[in-house]
Amino acid sequence: MRRLLILTRREIASAFHQPLAYVVLFFFLLVTGFNFHAGVSLLNRSSGSTTMVEAFFNTVYFWFPFVLAFPLVTMRVFSEEAKLGTLETLMTAPVRDIQVVLAKYTGCVFFQIILWSPSLLYFFAFETITGEKAAGAAGSYLGAYGMLLLMGLLFTAIGCLASALTNNQIVAAIISFSAILFLFFIGLLAFILPSSGGLLRELTYYISPVEHMMDFSRGIVDTRPVVFYLSSSLLVLFATFHVFQYRRWKA
Amino acid sequence: MIKVENLTKRYGSFTAVDGIDFEVQKGEIVGFLGPNGAGKSTTMKMLAGYLPPTSGRAEIAGFDVFTDSLRARERIGYTPENVPLPLDMRVFEYLRYRAALKGVPGRRLRERIGDVLELCGLTDVSRKIIAHLSKGYRQRVGLADSLVHEPDLLILDEPTIGLDPNQIRLIRNLIRNLRRHHTILLSTHILPEVEMLCSRVIIINRGRIEALDTPQNLRARLGQSGHILFDAVVPDARSAAGMLRNIEGVQTVSHRADGDWTVFTIEASEGHDPREALYSHAMDQKWRVREISRPPVSLEDVFAEVTSVEEH
Repeated sequence: MRRLLILTRREIASAFHQPLAYVVLFFFLLVTGFNFHAGVSLLNRSSGSTTMVEAFFNTVYFWFPFVLAFPLVTMRVFSEEAKLGTLETLMTAPVRDIQVVLAKYTGCVFFQIILWSPSLLYFFAFETITGEKAAGAAGSYLGAYGMLLLMGLLFTAIGCLASALTNNQIVAAIISFSAILFLFFIGLLAFILPSSGGLLRELTYYISPVEHMMDFSRGIVDTRPVVFYLSSSLLVLFATFHVFQYRRWKA
Repeated sequence: MIKVENLTKRYGSFTAVDGIDFEVQKGEIVGFLGPNGAGKSTTMKMLAGYLPPTSGRAEIAGFDVFTDSLRARERIGYTPENVPLPLDMRVFEYLRYRAALKGVPGRRLRERIGDVLELCGLTDVSRKIIAHLSKGYRQRVGLADSLVHEPDLLILDEPTIGLDPNQIRLIRNLIRNLRRHHTILLSTHILPEVEMLCSRVIIINRGRIEALDTPQNLRARLGQSGHILFDAVVPDARSAAGMLRNIEGVQTVSHRADGDWTVFTIEASEGHDPREALYSHAMDQKWRVREISRPPVSLEDVFAEVTSVEEH
């Protein structure tokens, strides 16, 4: 346990020791800030029951940086160390493979949380300035940010797997970006298919991030997506562990 | 300290390490010698617990490197070739992280880091970021890392490669000072280094151990069939060489002129030392002689002899 903590601390530190972290943080805040602004002006013009939280989490300005952030944050975790050779010094210290994988994963998830938490300030500012409620109920926040974390767990796991597969960061980023986009677009199928589409429509709902976010940002917490994200994160993480071990033992 | 039995590593059809056996006792400095691609690094990686072997076993301080890997790794300080280091950390940060990772208790961290910084001459650069350090300093950071948890065994893969002569001397002195507290296995292809540092030498070639002995014994083994230099003024070099060939124990004679002098290089047959006979022959012929000598065999000769057999 002590070793896992030491490793995790090191992963978090190294994430913030590279310039890419700040570039990502900067542009991310820029785009989400713009997204919030766009949401506010949209609500000003239209009258309806949409809340600020819903308007923020269900636009293309939200999804685009969201999907892009994962490959950028995770691409280096395994591939950089493999390329630099520091994996060799790391793995000849008395640490277990699973500890290394978990530490790297936790480090990435932590960075995602840091990336997203400033957006809470927007809602806080909105409520204090306008005196209006940004969400229908507190559950709306919980739902939206809970979903953010859940999706973050899965997409980070995918990014880690991609990074474990190759020594090249760019290749890792492309693999995870494609995989995440694929998942995202499958979820969009539901909007294209006729609404009477039956089984296929039903199936795509299970994996559609867009639909999950729509529900959760309204405060509707469905356990099916929760189980889906947790179990698939675990599965991908398990695959990451095995790829990591396999590549190390083959080297 | 190290016990290796029939250790083998194959990559597909290529055999990098081919069933080697050896033992290293506590307190020894053993040099691992061999041409590039002989299997030195592969063997060291297996001993350090980084690579699994295809077959065979290895034990460090009584712990199997593969089945009891964590406990074996706690007792090893390993520096890979080219010393990979994370470039984003400061020297003391890195050492603190590594020490904690290798199980140095919190209350001893400061003391241990101070010790290795001083021992490796890093005190002045301890606050520098590793990316800004020169090759020589990085090598020392790697060494400091492998020492920080006071391991029983140090495995150093080419600790002096790519350094300038002064830095090499520094690292060598460091290693020599370490021998009091650690068993050391180091690899190199600088032969004088081995003669200076090591109590035993393992010569490895194409995955097999070709020789395993003290540097002195290895030299002595080859010293038997060494050649002799005979430097004299003779009236006619060609006929003189003919005469020398008739002396007992002389196998071949070649010669070259050096001004008035002629230098004969004489190959003696095994078990013979014809130097005395050469001297009395020269006296009989009234040749002026300025040198009869048998140059000592260097480890370099041993190395060449052992590793150059039939290049396929």
